[in-house]
Amino acid sequence: MDTGDATQRTSESQPKSARTVLSGGDIDRALTRIAHEIIEANKGVQDLVLLGIPRRGFPLAQRIAQRIAAAEPGTDPAAIVGQLDVTMYRDDLRHSTARTPSPTNLPAGGIDGKVVVLVDDVLYSGRTIRAALDAIADLGRPRIVRLAVLVDRGHRELPIRADHVGKNLPTATSEKVRVRLGEVDTANGLPLNEVAIEGQA
Amino acid sequence: MKHLLSTLDLSREDAIRILDIAEEMAAVGTREVKKLPALRGRTVVNLFFEDSTRTRISFEAAAKRLSADVINFAAKGSSVSKGESLKDTAQTLQAIGADAVVIRHWASGAPARLAATDWIDAPVVNAGDGTHEHPTQALLDAFTLRRHWARANGTGSLGTGLAGMKVAIVGDILHSRVARSNLWLLRTLGAEVTMVAPPTLLPVAADSWPCTINYDLDDALAAGPDAVMMLRVQAERMNAAFFPNAREYSRRWGFDDARLAALDDHGLAQTLILHPGPMNRGLEISSGAADSSRSAVLDQVSNGVAVRMAVLYLLLSGDQQRTAN
Repeated sequence: MDTGDATQRTSESQPKSARTVLSGGDIDRALTRIAHEIIEANKGVQDLVLLGIPRRGFPLAQRIAQRIAAAEPGTDPAAIVGQLDVTMYRDDLRHSTARTPSPTNLPAGGIDGKVVVLVDDVLYSGRTIRAALDAIADLGRPRIVRLAVLVDRGHRELPIRADHVGKNLPTATSEKVRVRLGEVDTANGLPLNEVAIEGQA
Repeated sequence: MKHLLSTLDLSREDAIRILDIAEEMAAVGTREVKKLPALRGRTVVNLFFEDSTRTRISFEAAAKRLSADVINFAAKGSSVSKGESLKDTAQTLQAIGADAVVIRHWASGAPARLAATDWIDAPVVNAGDGTHEHPTQALLDAFTLRRHWARANGTGSLGTGLAGMKVAIVGDILHSRVARSNLWLLRTLGAEVTMVAPPTLLPVAADSWPCTINYDLDDALAAGPDAVMMLRVQAERMNAAFFPNAREYSRRWGFDDARLAALDDHGLAQTLILHPGPMNRGLEISSGAADSSRSAVLDQVSNGVAVRMAVLYLLLSGDQQRTAN
């Protein structure tokens, strides 16, 4: 979501070069590792809540929850996943075009006293996560908030770091990191899963 | 979208966007912290040249839930009663630093005048002008109808219109800006509209409106509308005898208890009753109907806050590309 503009712009401004850095299989393996790291850091699945940030953080949170449920039988993946919309908390509302907010859905147990793991696709400036922390504060008071991202591309503008990272990708600010997930992205009618870096040069 | 002045020129895309954002705004009203920081540090002025309860409170609540500062201006007790013009009032607001102006005026077209001139360059929201338009009322009615229609069809409401819905608008059409705004918006969203009124309370131009006209309320109810919107008899705008007396109006065009029972007789279990308020109980709507389980009057009020939050959010966020001068 940090690359919000970049990931959602698909048709216009065709880039000069694009290279795939993570395949569908690489994404699966990274998510499996993150799922196990989350269980390990939490010493189980007690009080765990995964909140995905729209759009692509939410399908990632669902995939991680499925892997957690596979590793810890007796866990209902649907009961620990929620979606957290941060649109109204962004610091660029005045400057970018007006965005349409997505629904915020919390698991039935709420987030008070829970261990909340925020899930997003790309960690870039850190501003989306700052907005997410504000949004969480208006919804309840979790015991702990952690951050899991599929890709950390650097260039932070705020003192924010991820607890669980799928892949560290050194990038130039002129490049765009595009995460495509089968739940929302298709190519030629087939679901597409990949992470690609698109250069401007 | 720079201003919201009428529903006549509102595209279907924009209308559905407002309603979709309002769905998310409505969710805020159910949270523990009923506030969003989206409009922090912005000032919204409610400029009311005509009396209002619901609309003014609703706009005030909407602005406050988005963390904006609100200045309420009522013409009564202000320099307007000393003869200050709309232009001078607007320029005063500009100098104070208003970021958005919500205006209700007794003159049709006053909001459009404010938007078209350079008196003030803040976005203008029409909160009812004369007998012209009341777009946010139409949007909140459409929001209420859309939720009902989606529930009746067993679908989600996000992204949908009102295709196939039959809505009857009943009463004082002639003086009603609500009826006009609703007609344009409901048509844009795909609903079929029937206007029901005595011939004296229909404007001359109604023949050219994209709706069916029926002079008989019982007949219109027998046709099986999915929603019936009762309008207030606007006695303050009536300077002639539009109907013989209140009892006759109530019997022929009022939604009384007998007509409430008739809905059940017609097998219309899903038909909703709306009223924009304030209600003349006993005249155009009976207490039995207004307080029945079919009545959506209070839903309309709470939905009004969500819809106005959506409108203020859209007008005040994003690139407004205003030139600083």
